[in-house]
Amino acid sequence: MIEEVGTTTEGDLIINVGPQHPSTHGVLHLVITLNGETVKKVEPHLGYIHRSIEKMCESLSYRQFIYVTSRMDYLSSHINNQGCALVVEKGLQIEVPERGKVIRVLMAELTRIASHLLWWGAMGMDIGAFTPFFHAFREREAINDIMEETCGARLTMNYVVPGGVMADIHPNFQKKVNEFIKLLKSKIDEYYILLTGNIILQERLKGVGVISAEDAINFGCSGPVVRACGVKSDIRKIAPYDGYEKVKFDEVFETAGDSFARYMVRMNEIRQSLSIVEQLIDNIPEGEFQAKTKAVLKLPKGEFYSRVETARGEFGVYIISEGGLTPYRIKFRSPGFSNLAALHHMVKGSKIADMVATMGTLDLVIPDIDR
Amino acid sequence: MFIVDYIKDVYNGVTSLLKGMRLTGYYFVHPKEIITQEYPEVKQVLPERFKGEVVMRHNENNEHRCTGCTACELACPNATIKIVTKFDITPDGKKKKALDVFVYHLELCTMCNLCIVACPTDAIKMAQTFEHSVYDRTELTKVLNKPGSKLMDGVE
Repeated sequence: MIEEVGTTTEGDLIINVGPQHPSTHGVLHLVITLNGETVKKVEPHLGYIHRSIEKMCESLSYRQFIYVTSRMDYLSSHINNQGCALVVEKGLQIEVPERGKVIRVLMAELTRIASHLLWWGAMGMDIGAFTPFFHAFREREAINDIMEETCGARLTMNYVVPGGVMADIHPNFQKKVNEFIKLLKSKIDEYYILLTGNIILQERLKGVGVISAEDAINFGCSGPVVRACGVKSDIRKIAPYDGYEKVKFDEVFETAGDSFARYMVRMNEIRQSLSIVEQLIDNIPEGEFQAKTKAVLKLPKGEFYSRVETARGEFGVYIISEGGLTPYRIKFRSPGFSNLAALHHMVKGSKIADMVATMGTLDLVIPDIDR
Repeated sequence: MFIVDYIKDVYNGVTSLLKGMRLTGYYFVHPKEIITQEYPEVKQVLPERFKGEVVMRHNENNEHRCTGCTACELACPNATIKIVTKFDITPDGKKKKALDVFVYHLELCTMCNLCIVACPTDAIKMAQTFEHSVYDRTELTKVLNKPGSKLMDGVE
């Protein structure tokens, strides 16, 4: 057990970053052992916003438990909901209509863009650039407006139900999304001028927080963190769900494994997501948006698992059912937890300012880590 | 070659900064691109699907469509809704279950829309309000059926 204040016997300083600290995201508490300005050890302490979501889900029915997962990774709440709906559909063998699938994918990709935009803004703030935040939020606001019109909420949409989506798309949806595609295409180059090409950002991120592909896999990292090491890990490609096999997009790779590689993976993923939205928006098939389901859903006895690719990585839902109205046990595999586990390995031996930059590129959402 | 690299670095650094500053300057002299919304003075009209709070539909004769079937109460994940029923005497002398009080706890509600979807008679809907701040939390517990209201004819 590490002391939380003071010095160690070797004379190293122990300081706390967080739980309330402007450079950490949310209530993340890090106990750092410092030798001068060099980080020797980083130990994340969790539990500040633990809400026992897994336990809560055990008392909720298979329709009700979906909304709770919006409160985990609130920046890609739609994709979390989608993962939960997929596991229920798998257990009950419900076939989602094509229209429902396409609407889900469209919403998921818009969510991914919104999440990456917010990350980009917050990432700039982490390393001291304030302007990107406003630029990112301007475009994110356009997505939020689209979400608000069709799903009824801006962040915790709860738009996915087992069997499809809750309501059909709003009549303005296609027009607004087409406008948004045009808007983001004109603005995305500004991001490169403003931050990506900036010499200060490149100097602060290149060669910082390096992790090898082997270590990243061993830590269980997923999403952009592991793709920045050149590992094939996109669930949309490995195990396609909801019709991702029909759309054309590239899995984004970098090979360096440092913070800048993670940065570039996310920036290029925005373009890929935009191309998915572009392919689907004018080709939404006609038909039902929701499959007919029974009023009371009961999963058969057994174990079910499904996984989706959120903006942060692989999100898995594991349900053990006893055949009743509620799950017997539910387990969420959240991407943020494993990515945070690799933080110590990434920043060991680097300066404390590099640790903040590395944390920024990990894209930590604390409620996702600390459920 | 150290000097050449050094000058190259300085040149690249300065140009990259100037490029960014040029963009910032562009927005500085183009105030039309600013999308600030002056909230308390100018209020945005929210889309009709916006989930603000649950309200009950009433027509001009103070009639609602709620039969007191408790489908919304069962669908709610947070025990937000509590329905109290009573027995009405119909004109032909039979006892009939009817809605007495529809209690709605806004302080527990997460606006998940499941009650609206579950309602078989389309009695409740989401309102587009969002300024829910009050001084006392008891003010957030609401009774949705208006006083003196009764069930609309033809709703079973």
